[in-house]
Amino acid sequence: MTSDRIAHARSFIDQIPQARALGLEILSIGEGRAEIRMPWSADLVGDPETGVIHGGAVSTLMDTCGGAATLAHPAAPAATATMSLRIDYLRGATPGQAITAQAECHHVTRSVAFVRAVALDEDTRRPVATATGTFTMEPSA
Amino acid sequence: MSRPRPDPVQVVKQRRDTALRALASGVPYVRFLDINFDRRGDELTAVMSYDDKLIGNPHLPALHGGVTAALLEVTSIITLGWTVIWEDLESGALSLDALEAGRLPRLPKTIDFTVDYLRSGLPRDAYARARVTRQGRRYASVHAEAWQDNRARPIAQAVAHFLMPRGQT
Repeated sequence: MTSDRIAHARSFIDQIPQARALGLEILSIGEGRAEIRMPWSADLVGDPETGVIHGGAVSTLMDTCGGAATLAHPAAPAATATMSLRIDYLRGATPGQAITAQAECHHVTRSVAFVRAVALDEDTRRPVATATGTFTMEPSA
Repeated sequence: MSRPRPDPVQVVKQRRDTALRALASGVPYVRFLDINFDRRGDELTAVMSYDDKLIGNPHLPALHGGVTAALLEVTSIITLGWTVIWEDLESGALSLDALEAGRLPRLPKTIDFTVDYLRSGLPRDAYARARVTRQGRRYASVHAEAWQDNRARPIAQAVAHFLMPRGQT
C-alpha cells in the first residue's frame, strides 16, 4: 500500500508538463517527504547581470515538492491543490548550480496538509530559500 | 510664464514602450514564461499567453500553481522596476540607448513572497497587475492579483517584500 501511494505520487509528478519544462527530477520520495532537483538553466535566470535563477522558478520547484510530499503522506489525499505558499529568499542561488528542494508534510487534518520546505544549492549548509505551505486534501482526483 | 511644449505623442509612446520592453524582455525567465506587458500610461498589465507547458495538473487540467506564483512575482518586480525608472524616463535622465543595449537598471530583489490561491487556473491566458503599496528607500511592499476570464474572480493574489537596488530611490 505504501509503495503504491509513493509510486502514484512519483508518476503524478513525472507527468506534470511544467515539471518537465523545468527538468525537475525526483531524487527521493516517501512517507510525507520528497526531494526534487531543478538543474540550472540560462532560461530560468531572473537577473541577467548576476545569473541568479528567478524566484518564480524556485516557487514552482517548492510548490511541486510540497505537493509531492503531501501525496506521499500515509494519510494521502487522492489529489491535492496548493492553498497558500510563503517563500523567504535567504540568498541568491549560485549561478550554474542545481537547486534541490526538500519538503516535509509535517501535519495533516482531514482537510489540510501543512508543509515546510527548504531549497539548497551545492553549499548545503546555507539554504537558498525556505517555504511553508498549506495544501488541500481532495477526497477524489 | 509658459510651460515647455510637450513632446509629440509618438515620441512619448515610443520612449515608454522601448523602456518597458527593455525592462521586461531583458529577463530570460520572463521570456521562458512568455509574459508580455500591456501599458496604459504608467499602468501595466502582464499577459501570460497559454501554453501546454504551463500545466501543473494534467487531469483537470490546471495551470501549475508555481507558474501562477511566478506570474505574480514577475508582475510585481517589473511593476516596481517600472515605478523606479518612470521619473527618470519622463525627465529624459534615463538613456534609451543604454536600455536598448541591455544596460538595465538593477531590479529589486525579492525578500519574501506569499501567494494565496483562490481558484484553479484554467488552460488559457492569464493576466496580472501589481500595486506598489509602499515604496521606501530600502524596502518596498507590493500586492498583486492574477485573473483570467473575469477580472472580479481572481485566481490568486500575493503580497511580497522587496529590497530596492542601491543608488536608486
